[in-house]
Amino acid sequence: MRNLRYLLLGTIFGIILCKVQAVSWWRMQEMFRFNAFYMYGLFATAIPTGMLSVWLIKKYNIKTISGEPIVIPKKKFNWGYVIGGLLFGLGWAFSGACPGPLLALIGAGKLVVIIVFISALFGTAVYSWLRPKLPH
Amino acid sequence: MTTFLNQSWPWYVGGVLIGLMVPALLIVGNKSLGVSASLRDMCAACIPFRIPFLDYDWKKESWNLFFAAGIVLGGFLAGYLFADPQPEHIANNTLHALSQNGVQFNKGFVPNDIFNWSYLRTVPGFIIIVVGGFFVGFGTRYAGGCTSGHGIMGLSTFQWPSLIAVASFFVGGIISANWLLPLVLNLGK
Repeated sequence: MRNLRYLLLGTIFGIILCKVQAVSWWRMQEMFRFNAFYMYGLFATAIPTGMLSVWLIKKYNIKTISGEPIVIPKKKFNWGYVIGGLLFGLGWAFSGACPGPLLALIGAGKLVVIIVFISALFGTAVYSWLRPKLPH
Repeated sequence: MTTFLNQSWPWYVGGVLIGLMVPALLIVGNKSLGVSASLRDMCAACIPFRIPFLDYDWKKESWNLFFAAGIVLGGFLAGYLFADPQPEHIANNTLHALSQNGVQFNKGFVPNDIFNWSYLRTVPGFIIIVVGGFFVGFGTRYAGGCTSGHGIMGLSTFQWPSLIAVASFFVGGIISANWLLPLVLNLGK
């Protein structure tokens, strides 16, 4: 039952991703071709909003609803961020979607996107399997 | 409210709402915004043989799966109940370049010229849909996150490794959209 709150937040996130056209294949092509400011404007408002929220959480020592202190895990750099990042970027421009939008598009009835999603699951599995042999 | 829900939102409204997902998840349950980890959980849940990287208690991370299911549901609501009748206003330069490569604009987020079952059986269709999807899954896990985990959550919390990851996403995306995609679209022509 505790997890239903994440179902609700996910639903809101999915609606937002569609309503701001972040799920649009066309928007991604436009962004990567630097033909419009739209997606950059989206990032340029989302990130400062997140930053300000996190700053307020720290400043006022805001706790979770169950009273725990809020923890933000630190990301440790490894070369996978660069190599994996480049590979993800290649796939992102082809399929026009990152993982969140993929899910939203399936919900919106774009059935061929299910194949993109299954391929992404396969990619995750292959990475997991090859991981010990890959440079990080 | 219904008019608001039935139209597309300007980027500055959407950007603020996406940014607010960061504190929402932190306050509701100390969770970091991110979607690609749910793919790992799905693999961990489904793959019958042992892979060390997938050998963890995915049920403890099951919030990810609920969040992912929510995104599908949100997409359904936005796609059917609150669908915007207006198409996206995409830059003419982009549309012109794409139409020269045989992709004509249509409303509804994805190009019908590419995302259909018969195109999937062609070489360009297979590369765009299957190989593209494979790289999304392989690359996000290798990079330890996707656009939401690194791009929104990581950058919002001033993590420089996320900045490097996002820069790499964009280098890959720029190469792919400007050079590889036109090449692939014209394969066999």
